[in-house]
Amino acid sequence: MVRRLLGDFRWSILPVPGRVLAVIFFVLLFILPLITHALIADDDGILLTFTITCIYAIFAVSWDLLSGYSGQISFGHALCFGCGAYISAILYLRFHLPPTATIPIATVGATLIGVVTCLPALRLRAPYISLLTMALPVILASIIKELPREWLGGKYGLPHIPPLAHTATGTYYICLIVMAVSVLIMWKLTDAGSRYIRTGLIFHAIREDEIAARATGINTIRYKILAFAFSGFFAGIAGALIAHVTNGASPDHFSLLISFNAIIWVVFGGIVSIYGGVVGVFALYPILDLLSQYQAISPYRTLIVTVIIIVILLFMPEGVAVWIRDKIERECPRCKLGNVAWRKECRACGAPLH
Amino acid sequence: MEHTIAQIIVATLVKGGIYALLASGLALIYGVGRIINLAHTAFYMLAAYGYVYFTQGFRQSLGWSVPESIAVTVVGLGLLGVLVYRFLLDRIREHEAAVLLVTISIGMALQELLRIQFSSVPSTLPRLIEGTTSILGVGILKDQLLTVGVVAGVIIVLWLLLTKTKLGISIRAVSNDAEIASVVGISVSRTLMVTMGIGTALAAVAAILTTSGGSVFYMMWLPPLMMVLVIVVLGGLGSFKGSFIGAFIIALVEAIVLNLYPTHGYLSQVFALAVMFIMLVVRPAGLFGTMFEEERL
Repeated sequence: MVRRLLGDFRWSILPVPGRVLAVIFFVLLFILPLITHALIADDDGILLTFTITCIYAIFAVSWDLLSGYSGQISFGHALCFGCGAYISAILYLRFHLPPTATIPIATVGATLIGVVTCLPALRLRAPYISLLTMALPVILASIIKELPREWLGGKYGLPHIPPLAHTATGTYYICLIVMAVSVLIMWKLTDAGSRYIRTGLIFHAIREDEIAARATGINTIRYKILAFAFSGFFAGIAGALIAHVTNGASPDHFSLLISFNAIIWVVFGGIVSIYGGVVGVFALYPILDLLSQYQAISPYRTLIVTVIIIVILLFMPEGVAVWIRDKIERECPRCKLGNVAWRKECRACGAPLH
Repeated sequence: MEHTIAQIIVATLVKGGIYALLASGLALIYGVGRIINLAHTAFYMLAAYGYVYFTQGFRQSLGWSVPESIAVTVVGLGLLGVLVYRFLLDRIREHEAAVLLVTISIGMALQELLRIQFSSVPSTLPRLIEGTTSILGVGILKDQLLTVGVVAGVIIVLWLLLTKTKLGISIRAVSNDAEIASVVGISVSRTLMVTMGIGTALAAVAAILTTSGGSVFYMMWLPPLMMVLVIVVLGGLGSFKGSFIGAFIIALVEAIVLNLYPTHGYLSQVFALAVMFIMLVVRPAGLFGTMFEEERL
């Protein structure tokens, strides 16, 4: 099974420029601490920024898996994120479990909550489902705020959660590796061209036409629950990590802003493409953080970023990453394989590319 | 007890009227263009700031008279809606996700602009009409009566516009079936542009009514945004009648909650969301939304 899965990758990286860029990107991320160590004396701040960026990348891509691929556009993805953060915080504060135990348990818990709460959403159509999912985290956050402070910390949240590692570099590498593995798994789960995993193809079918997908014998309800479970799982990981990295869980982790941020990042990078979410987060979050470092620009930072988003979206309505991919890659019309844009014929089947 | 009930009814009528203006604008735009305009209440906020700026001024007063300011605000916001549609939304209308992102970015950009530009804000603004009157032994501010009257007038005008004029017929045609409408010679793009203008002008009217006796704040677009989305979904997306009735249902819920827990204002949102949640579980297409049999999941 594992060998067949590995064979599914086909190891074709060099002929596809998009994958070359992805590999270069990850290599750069892996050597980032070396660069910052050499350039800046105190690089903890920058590494923390990139650690949080990695965590948000997992979160954004998990939204893309649910909303981009299976088409269940959710305005309340912060639900699983916040649940992951709260469960890992409670596990530490009540039972003093180490992060190696809190994060997996929190992830499973967030997944279960995601699956249970998606059940009423299954019979809804496109815009209604967004509003229904938006309701849940807002309601949950206000319940937490109203409960007595000893239970879940009230509106102050649960502070004093220990960090993942003793140094900023250690935390960064943990989050980076978790991010890389999660994104790889989500990419495989949604790969419509895979020969062994059918979920990607089925998610596409459900998004394009759910009734037609049903008519071909796909149990669409089961696959929609599966999409909610997958995306809840990865959002839960992100939530559990953020509780450890920012030293606490707060009702703000359920806020509408977190849910909308996921949408902003993914749509900016390119929806229905796993890498779009990663590109969106790594393009927007560090810029916002960098701008807030300077006193003169700090008040204008959100304005600058929103104007950038509007202008770029006008010219690349499908997202930055997808726009770049379409410039450097061309899909073979016969075998659907990616090719370098300047090739005249397909590298596999020899069909002419135009 | 009777006094409380009377208070709740008055609050429902006033708040419901304002929500009805906002929600009908949003429902119109959604119905015609399938655009969920998340910047809708940001235009409402901009109108409120604009009106205050024209009448009161923040640092120095422009000192315009009230009717002048109202006219300039409503017409200006209508034009702004047309321009935003023409230059921003028209070219990305086909990309649903991009529309979501661009509208919410417009909202956030307006919020930031207003926060930076108008940092000092007068705390309470004067009412449009001072004084109280009493109906059936219940004291009511004349201002609240005015709000209810204006809302009723605007809704009647809007209904006449939609049913009796050529523009209204083309708006309804496009919202029924955009392809067929363009086949019979209606410009979908232009109809949408006009609808967007009407929607933002309605939001401007709502904003002027709320600023009277209230205050402006750069985050004031977010709570009504959530409420208006809830209302539109509750009534059935795209249904004008549904959003109108939904506005009063949600306003009633809000008035009751505010009466029970006066110190916890944000709970009204939670209860409104809970009402919507129950509604969607019972009727997946909202109160007056249409769902074809073959579309049922």
